[in-house]
Amino acid sequence: MAAHAGGLKADAEDGPDMAAHAGGLMTDPAVRVEGLSRGFGARTVLDDLDLTIGQGEFVALLGRSGSGKSTLLRALAGLDRDVTGSGAVRVPRSLSVVFQDARLLPWQRVLTNVVLGLRGADAALRGRAALAEVGLEGREQAWPNELSGGEQQRVALARSLVSEPQLLLADEPFGALDALTRIRMHGLLRELCARHRPAVLLVTHDVDEAVTLADRVLVLDDGRIAIDQRIDRGQSATAHRESLLAALGVAA
Amino acid sequence: MSLLSPHRRRLGPGRPIPLGAALGPVLLLAIWSVASALGWLDPRTLSAPWTVVTTTGDLIADGRLQDNLAISSQRAGLGLLFGVAIGTVLALISGLSRWGEAILDGPIQIKRAIPSLALIPLLILWLGIGEGMKVTTITLGVFVPVYIHTHNGLRGIDSRYVELGESLRLRTGTFLRRIVLPGALPGFLLGLRFAVVNAWLALVVVEQINSTSGIGYMMELAREYGQTDIIVVGLVLYGVLGLLSDGAVRLVQRRALTWRRTLAD
Ligand SMILES: Nc1ncnc2c1ncn2[C@@H]1O[C@H](COP(=O)(O)OP(=O)(O)OP(=O)(O)O)[C@@H](O)[C@H]1O
Ligand SMILES: [Mg+2]
Repeated sequence: MAAHAGGLKADAEDGPDMAAHAGGLMTDPAVRVEGLSRGFGARTVLDDLDLTIGQGEFVALLGRSGSGKSTLLRALAGLDRDVTGSGAVRVPRSLSVVFQDARLLPWQRVLTNVVLGLRGADAALRGRAALAEVGLEGREQAWPNELSGGEQQRVALARSLVSEPQLLLADEPFGALDALTRIRMHGLLRELCARHRPAVLLVTHDVDEAVTLADRVLVLDDGRIAIDQRIDRGQSATAHRESLLAALGVAA
Repeated sequence: MSLLSPHRRRLGPGRPIPLGAALGPVLLLAIWSVASALGWLDPRTLSAPWTVVTTTGDLIADGRLQDNLAISSQRAGLGLLFGVAIGTVLALISGLSRWGEAILDGPIQIKRAIPSLALIPLLILWLGIGEGMKVTTITLGVFVPVYIHTHNGLRGIDSRYVELGESLRLRTGTFLRRIVLPGALPGFLLGLRFAVVNAWLALVVVEQINSTSGIGYMMELAREYGQTDIIVVGLVLYGVLGLLSDGAVRLVQRRALTWRRTLAD
């Protein structure tokens, strides 16, 4: 495990010795966030937030626009800049980010995009396998521009899973896709996560998406986790949906 | 109801005309030939196209053309080489570090405001009138556009790609090779096109001042003897060289930037 808080290292209360024994304890959570605060200027976005995500757990994060979902995700990914704050963040060293836009390098071919972060002689081989997993076999040498939006997002998914991360952070990865492609992507994501078992934090606007995919749904409000609801597969999706919508203050 | 899609007006310039680029020059040549044949053009003003062709033959036969062309190409080539190398390195330094930018960008912007050719008197005082001065003048004209456009290209790389590189924990080498350099390539190649033009331009000027060889010298000598045919040979030569080198850069551009689909394609 590695602990970081981007440029705010001084505030993170971690010991480097954590790295030594964390691997041995499988019961250790994948993500542990304690007292995380983030703000831009005078505006506080995250306020003393606590969060724990277990190994292999799929967590969806809901919240109003501007509630700080992306800010939280960026803090976990160690990508925060121009931000003030404090708190301890522990995340696995191997984590991947899926951005809202596919964020493929337009000047590199699809395969190169997938293996961008890989090292070693078998990178190309692993990249091909990852592309096959997302159903893009044979498109290795295409330019990203030549792919449809859904295909680009699948390449991004392949890129994020090819490194076998212990934690997958996804910020509304399907926001720009049409409803049908979205449903296909849900199936794909669930399948891939079942196979690779990373812990997942998926930011979404879509309550249905959250309920279908996640083991646990969080709602971020007022800088904290306001709702933390386990999704019980025995219970109907509608029931979860309604209780979440009610909690969000939207009449179902 | 028709099954055909309604006719939509295309907003791009449309299909390219085959050999379209040659149309204008051929037309110009035709007008020139007709004017000379009908005697509208005094040979002392402008020689006829066929005189220019025979003169070219004579110049090649006695070896003057090749010798002068070789020395001119060498000057332009060396100046281009040094200028491109210097411009690229400076752009990388200034594009990748804030300190580099703070130190380098100002002076280069000032240099940009001073035409390289205006520096010739000073360069002659410092370097004499030999090859060093000539190549330096060309280098000075070349490095500025390469710097400006490469730097612009570097600065224009979307910060989202930088963030991607950070999230993938790319090593500096990989980051430069996969993101920075390809991202700046379109800018660099644009700068190179300006650079090539500048190289020939500077060449013309340095060869007509205090020179004893090169195409410019050959033309200067012809002026003293009133040989418009030789002057035209020189002009055509400059034109052909300029076109060829620009064409070469464009070819590289097309090859290197296949990932980009632009309006002109
Ligand atoms: N770089 C920044 N500078 C200043 N303010 C920022 C910056 N980034 C985010 N904010 C502010 O922080 C708040 C939270 O932003 P964030 O992007 O985390 O929201 P979000 O929950 O992801 O919203 P959305 O669902 O619309 O993506 C917003 O009010 C936003 O204006
Ligand atoms: Mg967001």
